[in-house]
Amino acid sequence: MKGITIDEAAIVMAEADTVATALDDLEAGREFALSGYGFAVGEHTVALTEPVAFGHKFALEPIAEGDLIRKYDEVVGEATRDIEAGEWVHTHNVESTRARPGTDDGANADSEDGRTPTTEGER
Amino acid sequence: MTDSEVQRGPDDHSFRGYRRADGRVGVRNVVAVIPVSVTASAVAERLADDAVEWVRATPHQMPLDPPEGARDQIETVLEGIGANPNVAGALYVSLGTERIDADALADGVAATGKPVEALTIREAGGTAAALDAGAEAVERLTEEARDARREQADASELVVAMECGGSDATSGIAANPAVGNACDRLVAAGGTGVISETPEFIGAEHILADRCASEEVRERLLDAVDRRERMAGLMGVDFRGAQPSPGNQQGGLTTIEEKSLGAIAKGGTTPLRDVISYGYRLPLGGGFVVMDSPGYDVESVSGKVAGGAQVVVFTTGRGSTTGNPIAPVLKVTGNPNTYERMTDNMDVDASRVLSGESVDAVGAALYRHILRVAGGELTAAERHRMAEFAINDIPPKELAALGDPT
Repeated sequence: MKGITIDEAAIVMAEADTVATALDDLEAGREFALSGYGFAVGEHTVALTEPVAFGHKFALEPIAEGDLIRKYDEVVGEATRDIEAGEWVHTHNVESTRARPGTDDGANADSEDGRTPTTEGER
Repeated sequence: MTDSEVQRGPDDHSFRGYRRADGRVGVRNVVAVIPVSVTASAVAERLADDAVEWVRATPHQMPLDPPEGARDQIETVLEGIGANPNVAGALYVSLGTERIDADALADGVAATGKPVEALTIREAGGTAAALDAGAEAVERLTEEARDARREQADASELVVAMECGGSDATSGIAANPAVGNACDRLVAAGGTGVISETPEFIGAEHILADRCASEEVRERLLDAVDRRERMAGLMGVDFRGAQPSPGNQQGGLTTIEEKSLGAIAKGGTTPLRDVISYGYRLPLGGGFVVMDSPGYDVESVSGKVAGGAQVVVFTTGRGSTTGNPIAPVLKVTGNPNTYERMTDNMDVDASRVLSGESVDAVGAALYRHILRVAGGELTAAERHRMAEFAINDIPPKELAALGDPT
């Protein structure tokens, strides 16, 4: 997992990803040209619609509510509302596809009693 | 010539360690004072505090009479800590009413050929008398430990535990891939690399499953992940808000999938050869393996050290300071701000990956650093005498619902 650094200020972990990670505290309006990298999101320029802090993610293309978010060439969540290109992508607009009340997934296929699949996490 | 010899490459794989009677090699020469229950923890701590620096206590909170399934796990960890090759000699301290038999633990460790003693606070005549008798036992053990000398050893004799705590976005981008690269080098050299924290495989278990060396290992891995996910459900913890933790979220991690995909990078790219239960013996020359542990880092590290890991490599984005009483804990951060702010607590700056240095170069440097630490170089956590220890308990509700651990 090497990642592709764009403009020394953001990193896209795989070509198929729909989000980039900020490598600096980025200000609203900052533009990134996505040409020449072979990204699945295509060749265009994305401008941040709001500040994005170091380590946080922004959308490389418009993402519709219900669309899957891709990072590391893997699914890291699902959009809970429409997200613009250049918008900060985090818990306010993305939810895990795992461990959601009232839903089931592969790892909980034998969970028959309606328990909320959860984890103990860092105590 | 074996495959591992072919793949060893140009690195120097030697270090100097303490070869124990059972053939395993320690990287430290510690006398361990191990309480059998919470009631003996204070006495164990006092004995270590009053002795030379390399006498170490492993205080914990386990009760006098844990339920049967939980008891097996606690016994396994307590015996495993004493048997760890970093330990030159061990003293087990009990109140005298524990269901876990201190003499049986001592016998188990004595079978490895190292000196072991057991002390019962009631039989000794109370706290003051136990401290006196314990100090004498510690003195006898330290005398024997002083005879140990470092000798030539090889990376193939190392079991290195990979851990993460206080993760942020840089963990999965820089620190964990660098550790994974070092893990690949260790495995190529014939050693064992182990990752744990099973809840942090959720959302990334398909990648680990594809790496399993056999269908049987694959099934045990997926069962372990499924069991941890259901256990957490029993505890009534809402996944959202707890995983990723609030600190992880401030650091840019949005979902458990994102955290897990970053976390498993610590394990490198070689085949997953085995899944070992919490605290149980880890194989020597075992390649890349998983220990099924909780996500709580101190318990997870303690379980791997009980399994025989001599060195711990611990990545942290947000700045953990944790150590271990028995094994050196080497801190790796991928966050340049954390490295700058907490340089004193960090051993390796993996944030160089973010500024363009290759994961391979940082991983190679880290591998050499691991061997230097194995040879006696102190880690930041050791310099600060950070020595957290905790044993994972299995609550009765989980035991009843889930049956025995895999």
